[in-house]
Amino acid sequence: MTTQITLQQVQHVAQLANIPISDIQAQNFVGAFEETLGVIENLKEVDTSKIEPTHQVTGLENVMREDVVDEQHMFSQAEALANAKRTSSGYFVVPRILDND
Amino acid sequence: MPTKKLPVGILGGKCKVLIQENKIMPNTYELVCGLEIHAELKTASKMFCGCKNDPFHAPQPNTYTCPVCLGMPGALPVANKKAIEWTIKLGLALGCKINLFSKFDRKHYFYPDLPKSYQISQYDIPFCYDGVVETSEGPVRITRIHLEEDTGKLLHRSVNGAEVSLIDFNRSSVPLIEIVSEPDIKTASQAKEYAKKLRQIIRYLDIADCDMEQGGMRLEANTSLRVVGEQGLPKYKVEVKNINSFRFLEQAIEFEMQRQAKLLDAGESIPQETRGYNATEGKTFSQRAKEDAADYRYFPDPDLPPIRFTQAQIDGFTADLPELPAAKAARWGREYQIEARFAEPLTAEKDEAAVFETLFSQAQTQKLDCNKLASSVYNKRITWPTAESIEKTLMEFAAQFKTDTVDTSQLEQAVEKVLAENPDVIEKFKAGNMQVLGFMMGQTMRQLGGIKPDPQLVRETIGKILKTK
Ligand SMILES: [Zn+2]
Repeated sequence: MTTQITLQQVQHVAQLANIPISDIQAQNFVGAFEETLGVIENLKEVDTSKIEPTHQVTGLENVMREDVVDEQHMFSQAEALANAKRTSSGYFVVPRILDND
Repeated sequence: MPTKKLPVGILGGKCKVLIQENKIMPNTYELVCGLEIHAELKTASKMFCGCKNDPFHAPQPNTYTCPVCLGMPGALPVANKKAIEWTIKLGLALGCKINLFSKFDRKHYFYPDLPKSYQISQYDIPFCYDGVVETSEGPVRITRIHLEEDTGKLLHRSVNGAEVSLIDFNRSSVPLIEIVSEPDIKTASQAKEYAKKLRQIIRYLDIADCDMEQGGMRLEANTSLRVVGEQGLPKYKVEVKNINSFRFLEQAIEFEMQRQAKLLDAGESIPQETRGYNATEGKTFSQRAKEDAADYRYFPDPDLPPIRFTQAQIDGFTADLPELPAAKAARWGREYQIEARFAEPLTAEKDEAAVFETLFSQAQTQKLDCNKLASSVYNKRITWPTAESIEKTLMEFAAQFKTDTVDTSQLEQAVEKVLAENPDVIEKFKAGNMQVLGFMMGQTMRQLGGIKPDPQLVRETIGKILKTK
């Protein structure tokens, strides 16, 4: 096994995933990540020299819809907000985020 | 000696900092600028679902949503064919090459206006690339045009004393095109002209309203300065966001040129950052720097099979393109003998141009001078033509420039009479005094009383007679 995961990489991944983790958790993930990547490493044993790289697995192309409004599948405001923890005047409400764009 | 504030002058596109206290050679900088422009397409439905696309006129927030544009698990997006075709048409109108094979990718980041925690966009294979927009200050190359989905809209409010953000997903997944230019823009005025031309072309294609106030069109300027004579791109780039008018775009770039020139002259390095523009103060301001370089972890969206066009389809789109403003102005020159200085402004708006076209074509049938008519319209000397008022405009114009037919002998008689009454005219004319021609024109017209002959004909007749004397 050649992978070498650093604590910073774990913290970076946690930040990208927006998941807060403690230092101890981060430390534990270093080993866990190594192990996971080790398993993935096994895939290298498969001979892929004759396999075309692919973007997708369905083999489909050009699946498109006409530009038509589909009222049937649209939610009412009440339906849209039904699962929200907090709402106000028809809006979803979240804690204030920085107003920078 | 106290440090004096350095005077900063902007000369055309070049920023010159004059240091008068000591004799340091001043650096002259030039702007290096590229624009990123977003515009919402005005399709009937959204980009990846059948929800109504009309966020600015929705009666209530969160009334045009469905499982797809709310990012609910298991919902399957399906691409809007018209939005894709429109993107390609814009590319063709801007002389872009088209990727016959293309795809959508997921761009990952966390923000409350993005319900899926990723935005469907295009990464390495945009629909269009390598185009150009001509401006009076030189061409601006288009790097790429890609299609993506817009995000929801955030409002920052106070609810029951708590500072919160409110989210409206009516705009979520509205088709959004992004047009990225090369850093070819050399002045703030060129940036403005480029952006306006783009909007004009987009409106001609009738694919987006580009309402800047509402955010239907958004401008971002990547700016840096380079010492004149140096080659290559500067090491830094300042991205100015939140610009919602062409005038502010110009002002924000001018402000950045001065700010950056001062820093560079002081020997400081300019940080790579994102800045906002405060229109009230006419200044840009630093926005919170991202803690990390963007890491969007793009990958092809497995929900959306790739798109493949044939060259024949693309040729079909090209054939369908409407006549664009520059081509129309050139044709008006050929067909109606209208000068570019009138034809260009009068072709700026598609609907108006269609009215003018009818006007000029009728004027031509009536043997009226179309260039003079275009001048009158441009200078607002006659009733502004609308589809309903074309007749009225034509009659007004004809009345203003009405000429009566006069008998040649009657005209010659009038000229002779004026000459008889003013014998000094012939001497003056022979001595090269051309001012007498104006005098003769006026007097001859007066002789003819109520008749208004074609001034050109009168002038010619006077000239002809004077030469025989
Ligand atoms: Zn929807």
